[in-house]
Order: sequence, then C-alpha cells, then structure tokens
Amino acid sequence: MQFMLLFSRQGKLRLQKWYVPLSDKEKKKITRELVQTVLARKPKMCSFLEWRDLKIVYKRYASLYFCCAIEDQDNELITLEIIHRYVELLDKYFGSVCELDIIFNFEKAYFILDEFLLGGEVQETSKKNVLKAIEQADLLQEVSYLFSSLGTSMFCSCWGSLSHHSYSFRNYSEACLACSVHPFAVY
Amino acid sequence: AKYISQCIDEIKQELKQDNIAVKANAVCKLTYLQMLGYDISWAAFNIIEVMSASKFTFKRVGYLAASQSFHEGTDVIMLTTNQIRKDLSSPSQYDTGVALTGLSCFVTPDLARDLANDIMTLMSHTKPYIRKKAVLIMYKVFLKYPESLRPAFPRLKEKLEDPDPGVQSAAVNVICELARRNPKNYLSLAPLFFKLMTSSTNNWVLIKIIKLFGALTPLEPRLGKKLIEPLTNLIHSTSAMSLLYECVNTVIAVLISLSSGMPNHSASIQLCVQKLRILIEDSDQNLKYLGLLAMSKILKTHPKSVQSHKDLILQCLDDKDESIRLRALDLLYGMVSKKNLMEIVKKLMTHVDKAEGTTYRDELLTKIIDICSQSNYQYITNFEWYISILVELTRLEGTRHGHLIAAQMLDVAIRVKAIRKFAVSQMSALLDSAHLLASSTQRNGICEVLYAAAWICGEFSEHLQEPHHTLEAMLRPKVTTLPGHIQAVYVQNVVKLYANILQQKEQAGEAEGAQAVTQLMVDRLPQFVQSADLEVQERASCILQLVKHIQKLQAKDVPVAEEVSALFAGELNPVAPKAQKKVPVPEGLDLDAWINEPLSDSESEDERPRAVFHEEEQRRPKHRPSEADEEELARRREARKQEQANNPFYIKSSPSPQKRYQDTPGVEHIPVVQIDLSVPLKVPGLPMSDQYVKLEEERRHRQKLEKDKRRKKRKEKEKKGKRRHSSLPTESDEDIAPAQQVDIVTEEMPENALPSDEDDKDPNDPYRALDIDLDKPLADSEKLPIQKHRNAETSKSPEKDVPVVEKKSKKPKKKEKKHKEKERDKEKKKQKEKKKSPKHKKKKHKKEKEERTKGKKKSKKQPLGSEEAAGEPVQNGAPEEEPLPPESSYSLLAENSYVKMTCDIRGSLQEDSQVTVAIVLENRSSSILKGMELSVLDSLNARMARPQGSSVHDGVPVPFQLPPGVSNEAQYVFTIQSIVMAQKLKGTLSFIAKNDEGATHEKLDFRLHFSCSSYLTTTPCYSDAFAKLLESGDLSMSSVKVDGIRMSFQNLLAKICFHHHFSVVERVDSCASMYSRSIQGHHVCLLVKKGENSVSVDGKCSDSTLLSNLLEEMKATLAKC
Repeated sequence: MQFMLLFSRQGKLRLQKWYVPLSDKEKKKITRELVQTVLARKPKMCSFLEWRDLKIVYKRYASLYFCCAIEDQDNELITLEIIHRYVELLDKYFGSVCELDIIFNFEKAYFILDEFLLGGEVQETSKKNVLKAIEQADLLQEVSYLFSSLGTSMFCSCWGSLSHHSYSFRNYSEACLACSVHPFAVY
Repeated sequence: AKYISQCIDEIKQELKQDNIAVKANAVCKLTYLQMLGYDISWAAFNIIEVMSASKFTFKRVGYLAASQSFHEGTDVIMLTTNQIRKDLSSPSQYDTGVALTGLSCFVTPDLARDLANDIMTLMSHTKPYIRKKAVLIMYKVFLKYPESLRPAFPRLKEKLEDPDPGVQSAAVNVICELARRNPKNYLSLAPLFFKLMTSSTNNWVLIKIIKLFGALTPLEPRLGKKLIEPLTNLIHSTSAMSLLYECVNTVIAVLISLSSGMPNHSASIQLCVQKLRILIEDSDQNLKYLGLLAMSKILKTHPKSVQSHKDLILQCLDDKDESIRLRALDLLYGMVSKKNLMEIVKKLMTHVDKAEGTTYRDELLTKIIDICSQSNYQYITNFEWYISILVELTRLEGTRHGHLIAAQMLDVAIRVKAIRKFAVSQMSALLDSAHLLASSTQRNGICEVLYAAAWICGEFSEHLQEPHHTLEAMLRPKVTTLPGHIQAVYVQNVVKLYANILQQKEQAGEAEGAQAVTQLMVDRLPQFVQSADLEVQERASCILQLVKHIQKLQAKDVPVAEEVSALFAGELNPVAPKAQKKVPVPEGLDLDAWINEPLSDSESEDERPRAVFHEEEQRRPKHRPSEADEEELARRREARKQEQANNPFYIKSSPSPQKRYQDTPGVEHIPVVQIDLSVPLKVPGLPMSDQYVKLEEERRHRQKLEKDKRRKKRKEKEKKGKRRHSSLPTESDEDIAPAQQVDIVTEEMPENALPSDEDDKDPNDPYRALDIDLDKPLADSEKLPIQKHRNAETSKSPEKDVPVVEKKSKKPKKKEKKHKEKERDKEKKKQKEKKKSPKHKKKKHKKEKEERTKGKKKSKKQPLGSEEAAGEPVQNGAPEEEPLPPESSYSLLAENSYVKMTCDIRGSLQEDSQVTVAIVLENRSSSILKGMELSVLDSLNARMARPQGSSVHDGVPVPFQLPPGVSNEAQYVFTIQSIVMAQKLKGTLSFIAKNDEGATHEKLDFRLHFSCSSYLTTTPCYSDAFAKLLESGDLSMSSVKVDGIRMSFQNLLAKICFHHHFSVVERVDSCASMYSRSIQGHHVCLLVKKGENSVSVDGKCSDSTLLSNLLEEMKATLAKC
C-alpha cells in the first residue's frame, strides 16, 4: 500500500498516512486530486479506480471516506478488507466511532493504524491483538496523563460535554460541527 | 487563516517553554496542522526533542509527528539516529514498538545503514510484538539499503516458521513484496511456501502466498503445473471473495506462463471463467468490476472462452457505473470478430446516443474507432459501412476527437482504393453541410473532420459526381471562419478540384464553362488571401496568381488543363509509421555537414538541395497519408508553384517536374483488390449505417451459398482459388469475404530497415537494487556495519576497519555545525536514564560491572592489535560509538521520605554567563505534592534568574504537581559572574504533601554544586585547529596523575567526555588529546596518557585557575574508576 487517506464528505482531510517518501508539495497535490475524483463519484459506483499507475480503493463509512492507494498487482478486495478492518478497530476502540472521534483523537487513530499496518503492510490481522497492544500502550501513558500539565487542552470546550460514546454521526450538535473545522477553537 | 497563524504563534510560544509536556502538546497540535496542509518543517527540531522525551506519552506524540512530517529531505533526521537506536534497545516493548513504527515512515538510506544491525537483532526479540514489527520494517530497510538484504535474509527465512502467526505473516508479507520485484532469487523458497499454502488457514497469509506464486511461476513452469491443483481446490472451497479473486488471478498467470501442453488446462480456464461470471453477475459493483478486469486478462490468451459470455458483457454496458462500462468496453475490444463487429458497433452507437457526459461519450467514440481499426481493419468486411459510421460520429455534439475521426477517414480513403468513390461522395455531402458542423462546433474538435473531407474530395476529385457543386461549397465565404490549418487544406484542394474540372471541361470542349470556373476561382480566392493565417494567405496568393495566369492563357484559347492537372499527378501510398526512421543514411552522406558553404551564391543553392531531396525520395517513394507528410508535400508544391508563377514561360516550355513521380515504380505493384459488387456502391444521400447491417446479412447469406458452391468446385480443382491476402484466412468457417480490402502490404518499409529492439528496462527502477542473489554465501565485506567497541576490533582484519574509519572521518566534516546540536542531544538522552526506576538502575550497575571485566579482558588483548590501530585517527571518543554502561549526568541533590531531587547543570553557548540547572523531582511518598517552591540563597558570584518583580528572598514556584510515584523535571537558569571557581549554593524546597489524612507542609534543604566542569560545553575540535591552539603559547599548563586505574582507556575517555564535557580530538594508541570550551570562551586542551596502572592528564588552558580546578575535579572522577 502506498498511502491511506481519510477525508470527510466536505473534502476535509482527517487522516493521512504515507508509506512512500514524497515531498509535502507532492502529497498535497495528490490529496487534492484524489479527494476531488473520489468525491465526484456517485454512490452506486464501484470502489476502485485507476489513477496514474496506481489503483485507488476507497470506501465510504457514514460521512468519512477511507481511501487507499495500492500498486498494480495488489488485490483490491483485500484492501477493502483492510479498510473495513481498520474501521472495525476504530469502532471497537472508540465505541461506535464517529468523525468527531477521529478529529479529537486523531493521534489515537494514528496509533491504531500504526499497530495495524506497518510500512504499508498488514502487521497484525487479529483485531484482538491490535486492541490489546493499544490498550496497554494507553495504560502506560494513562499514568502520566493524570498529572502531566495538560493545562492547555487542544480540544474545544464542547469536548468535555461530548461523551463520545453516546454520540453517533447523525445526532451531534451543530455547535460541535462548527468547531470540527477548527478543532482548537476555544481554549 | 488568521486563526491558524495565531495558533501557530501560540504553538511557537509553547515550544519555547522548557516543560516537555507543553512541548509535546504543541507538537501534537502541529501534527494536526500539518494534516490541514500547513508547513511545519520549522519545528523539526522540536519534534526530535519530544521524541527523546522519556515518557511514553510524549515519545509517542513525538514519533507520530516525525512519521507524519519527516521525509528524506529533512536534515535534522540525522540527529535522530542515536535516539532511535536507544529506543530500539529500550526495555519497554512499547518504546521499541513506537520507534519502529516511526522509523518505518521516515527511514532514509543513512538511517537504514546505521540501524540495520539493531533491527536485525530485534528480529529475534523475545516478544512477538517486536519481532513482527522488526520483520516488516526490514522491507523498508532493504529498499533503502539493499546491501543489508543478503546478511538479513537467513534470519528472515527463519521467521517464516515462527511460532507466532503474526510474525509468520509479516515474514510472508516481506518476502512476497521482495519476490514481486525480483522473483528469480526466491525460487528456492517455493517448497517452503507450498507447504505453508497447503497448511495455512489464514486468508490474509494465503493471499500473499498465492500472489508470491503468481510472481514465481513465469520463471518455473513446473511450479505452475503443481500449483494448478491446490489452487483449483481453493477456488472450489473458499467462501472469501478476495481469496477467490486472488486464486483466479494466479491461475490465469500460471496458464499464461504455461501457454500450452497441459491436458486439463482448458478445464481450469473454464472454471475461472465460470467463477468470474458469478462475480460479474453479482450485484456488488466492486465484484463486477474485478470480474471484468480478470476477464480481460483471460481474453488475451483464451479469447474463445470469453467470447461465449458476450451477452453478459454487453449487459454490463448498460451498467450505471461508468468505470464498469469502461471495463466492459475494454473487453469488447478483444471480443470482436468479423461476424459480430457490426452488431457490437451498432450497440455501441446506440450507447453513444444515450450517453450523457462527454467524457464517457468520447471514450465510446475512441473505442468504436479502436475496435474497428484494430490490426489493420482486420474485422471490417464492409468499408462503406465503416465510412458511414464515421460520418455518423461526426454528428456527435461536442466531441474532442474530431481529429481521430478525420485521421480514420483519411486512412481508409487512402488505403482502401475501392472505397474512394463512396468516400468522396460522402465527403462532398459533408462539405456541403459544413456550415452545420462549423457553426455549432467552432470551439470543439469536430470541424477537424472537414480537413479530411476537403482533402479527400480534392485528392480523389476524379470520383466526384458534381465537382462544380463541391467546388462552390468549398469556396463559400463561411469557410473563412474555420481554423487556419483547415482553411489551408481547403485552398490547396480547391486547386486540385479546379484542375480536375478544367480538364473535364476542356475534354468536353466547353471552353466557356472552363472560363466560368476560372472566373469563380478568381472571384472567391481573394477572401483567403486576406486571411490572418500565414499558411492560408501564402497558398491563396500563390494560387490566385496561378489562376489569373491561366485566365490569361484561356483568353488566348490555349489549352491549359493538361498542364494544370499535371501539378497534382501521382499516387499516394501509405507508409508505415516507422519507415522514415528506418531509412538508412546513404554511404558518404553526412547529415551534419553543410550542404553548401554557408556563403555560396544563390544559384547553386537553388539546385543542390533538390538533388538531395530526390535521392531520398527514391528510397521512400511517395508517402503522405498523414498530416505531417501532407504538409511536407504541400510545401514542396508550394515551392514549385512559386517557381512556375515567377517564370511566365515555364508552363509552355517544359513538362512539369512532377512527371518524375509517375515514372517511379511501385504504384502498380500494390495489390489492387477485387470489389465484391454485390453491394450497391451508391447509396443515395447520407446512408445510415444500419442499412449496411441488413445489406451485410444478405450479402453474407449469398456469399455462403456461393462459397458452398465454390467449395464443391474447389475440391475438384485443388485450390486453384485466387489468393487473396496472406494475412486473411481463406478456409475457415469464420471467413467472411470482405467487401473491400485494405492495402495491408502497402505500409512501406525501406528495404534495409533494421528490426529495432527497444530497451524497455528502466534503469532507475528503485527495486532493481534489490535484485540480489540470496543463495550466495555471505562475503565478509558484506556484513552490516556494526558500530563496535573499539577494543573488540583488534582481532579483525584491517580491511574491515576501513569503512568505519572512513565514515567517522567523513561525518564531522560534513556536519560541523550539526555536531554541536548532536552533542547536546546526546546529553539530553542521558538525562532520561535517570528517570528510570531504581530496579533498572541496579541492573545497569550489574551490567556496568560486567562491562568492566570485559573491558579488562579486552585491554589485555590490545597490544596484539595495537600496531594496526596505531596512527588511526579517532575523531570522537564520545559515547555514541561504544556500548558504554548507561550513565547519568544527574547527581543527587537531596532526598527525604517525600521527595528525591536530582540535578544536572549545563552551560549554554548562547549566553556566556548562564547555566541551566535541570532539577528532577521524584515523588516517593503516597501523597500528592503540591505548591512546590524553590528558594535559593544567591551568592555574589551566582544568582538565580527569577521572574520579574520578585525579590531575592521569594521562592520560585515549581510549575507542576507530583502525584505519587512520578517524577518531573523543572529547569532554572542561573547567572554566573566568574566561572573559574566552583560554586556552592544553598537552597530549600518547600512543598505541601497531601494525602487522605490531610496536608502537611514540608521542607527539604539542598546544596547546588556548580563544578567547573559544568561550565564547559562539549565542542568538537579538529586536530589542525587543536595544534594551532597549542602552538599559540598563550595557554598555561598544569598536570595531574592518578594511580590505580583499571578501567579500559576507551571507557576512561568516554567518562571524561561525559562528566567533564570534553570531546576527543585525536587518539593514538593509549594516548588521546581532548578539547573543550567554557561558556565564557576559555579553551581547555587535555592530553590523556594511560600507563600500566595509571593515567596522567596534562592540561592547557587560557585560565590557570580554571585549569587547576578542572584537573582537581577530574582527578576525583578518575579516582572513582
């Protein structure tokens, strides 16, 4: 796999992981191009497209698009499976995951991805193992989190009130949607 | 944007703070901003700082930021090497894990080279979690540093049989990826994989293995045969679509490589096609798409088995999804035959009408043309039908492919002689309705068609029914709105037409009619003369002059038609596209030489070039089917006409030079084709292509009857039958005699053209470097560079040392500047050591002891190798090169039952009288420590930097609280007046300890000891500069000797470097020179010599007090050794 992108229906990038070294400029260009092409596709269309010399596999989950670029000989179906597995992992970890979870805990989302894929290859196929690794790593940092001077939280004020477990995509408040654009809105 | 820039400013502020937690937080924010597309490369150094944090929380964030923002161009990446190495060997598996993950994203060739060995060690780590990560990252390392592949491969192979499935699958992944690039080196692993494949139940792994086999089979056909059976079994049994798809793909690959000679391979093809059919029929768009994709692969080798599914594929053309329709189109391309071409194209034409969205329609259009024209119009039996299809296509709104259609029209008209008459009639109709095309489609490409139409009408004007009518159509004022290049063609072909009409009229004896035509020309041509397009203008004015001249002649009743039409005599032959390139350069012809001396007179210039031209022309007689050639021709004609126009006697006196063309042989040799006259050649008006389908059916029916008859005859006559064309099968059932035939042979090639073989391999392929034979035994020189303890090298061969030395001497030169940062970095890393639990410490002490004993043993060996080592310059004895026992520069400050204070004092280069004191507070109690305050009694010489407005007696608050069992670091700046003397400051830490029972106020006194060494900063120095310094003579000298030292010299130096902030300048044998600099710029030079059981240190320094104090401190340190 060459890279993985997550972006919202509005075309906002939510997560990006590059497994090939590219310059920032190149990355930006690719991202823009891909977001446009993928968003332009109708829901009924199949999830694969050929782009440059790569194959793009994407899938939409609620308002998020998961988009992977694979090489010519790679298996598209297994890539879809990888995307699905990642979503399942996020879901398990956050408890019915939503876009906001990924915005506010983007570093967590990255950590999960890193446990699951490494250098573009599947590292661990067992969901249980990935989650276990993440949990233990979290535990390790939990200890220090308690006291560390996180005086300046990077989350907006609604973060506290939003118990993310109970919210799903459809019913988060509008105020929150607004600050989802500027995740550091208030502190 | 304003908000963001404000944010960034804020982050910059936060990064400046000393608190690592704040920094980590800032870096975390930066990572998010980076995702939003902001440049954060300026913060690279801060990211490294956070990476080197001791706490996992921060380290994790740091590595994440690094993996997101670092790339090969990031220069600070060099600084991370040691940090990563340290993290890799960290006792916590998650530290290691996070380092590996990060490394996988930003590994550079340098990092790969330096860390390859560490990662290899990790491949046999006790924890599968680490093993699997290490195995996967090796792939990235191989890519960056191919030399590591051979030494690492045996271990990688071992991992294929790892007890942990995760590690196993990781190894499979890596080998599969490697094998895909260079399969031949991995053939030997096939049996192992075969075993894995038959035993594994993990689909993820199976897919990878099967993919691997797909890559291997083209090299080893026997493997393919063996594979077929288990693969078909899998296809039958599996329920996972992804696995099924992979199997089918591989079976296809296997079958392609086997080509033939397999008894049951048609069965497996059938199976594949059946399964694919199921995929295509599935309602899931994705499966449908993949099914079609795989189908097209089969099509290449086994077209027959796919053709039976034509119905299904035609169905897919109706699919809602464009990409599926495109795939289906691709398939159709391979599926056409003579029989079904018309039917398929008809279907496509209806799609063209229906299709919304120009891109898809354009795609359809090109596909129709592709399908029809593939392999020299092999499948077209009726070219009239094809021409009318093309004409129909011109009526499409807004297509971009006008030029494509035009090219097809030209191609067909030129190459199929029999069709010319029909084509001309169609084209004249097209010209007639040109206003329709031109008016609505000025902006898009369809008017290109007029280009072809005009050319065909002009070139083959003898076939025109009503040339006069067409001539008028071409001279309409509206034409001037067309693009220039089309107008140019118009003008040129108007003359051809004119010549033709003239001849007709003259032969019929209608002098008046001829004059009328001339008058028409004279009337209409001026509109072109005014054209803004140069080409048009030039041609038009030439021709106008010519016509006016003809008019004069006509007035004198001179017959001119012969001469005029002679202008355009000659036949055009199609030429193979590569022919021009293959014309060999005639011997003795130097294309680079001047044909004439640049300054020769004009007469000879006129003559010579033409001669050269002529020579070439004989080699490739007349070929200009394409636009480019047409232009060339036009240019030459232009030149001729110019000549003629300039010479009023020309026409009368001599026959035109064009005659030469007629003499050239070749035209007669082109096989002229019989026309099947069963098709009425003239179809009234613009025929619809559908008519042809019907006609074709009738014709076919008749033909069949005929054929049957013929066949009977033939049996008697023994193949007397006319040989048509070699490339067309004459006997098979499929054969449907084409109505017209293409001049296939006429793609001319120069006789002595060489078959050119193209070099298709890309030398820049990054994977090529991995094409390494893995079966060869490892050579010594190939071993990974391992940074070893120097003493251990003594028994090694001298060659081995060369790369190491080279690297060392290179490094500092390149990175003089960075070195400082590096040193500082190193220091920081060391501080972290301190924070580890006491348990670890004990372990380390043990290790230290072991190390010491080892060192002793090694030092005994030393004399053996010392000859080789002699004279070998050592640039830096800093601890990075040797596995020294981890040490801490933090010293104990004070402790009680609540809290333990340790501190480290560092000088800063920027401020010449400031030192930073980092105090680590560790909570040892079960209560929370709050409200900590630090008060220090300033001395005359040293005072603490306090926040503005606070008095000397106020305490300085500690910016954090400590929950039980944790520690944190606070940094304070002190200003020092004189640094030549050691200092001691008294201070008190006061705090509130709060637990369940209540809160108590506590105090802890401490003494800060500013030693002279703490004013020194590690500064690299080079031997030449060092020598100059010593020679300058303004340094005072002092020396000290310590007995009873048993530590190895190497470790000794490291200790001095570490505790007293020196760096090694040069080391020869058991003698070393060292250098350091104080924050106030004093130079300190040392010469350290090791005797039997003693060490002597000679020092030189610009300040004698400082030197003596330093040496005292050093003595104390050495005495502990």
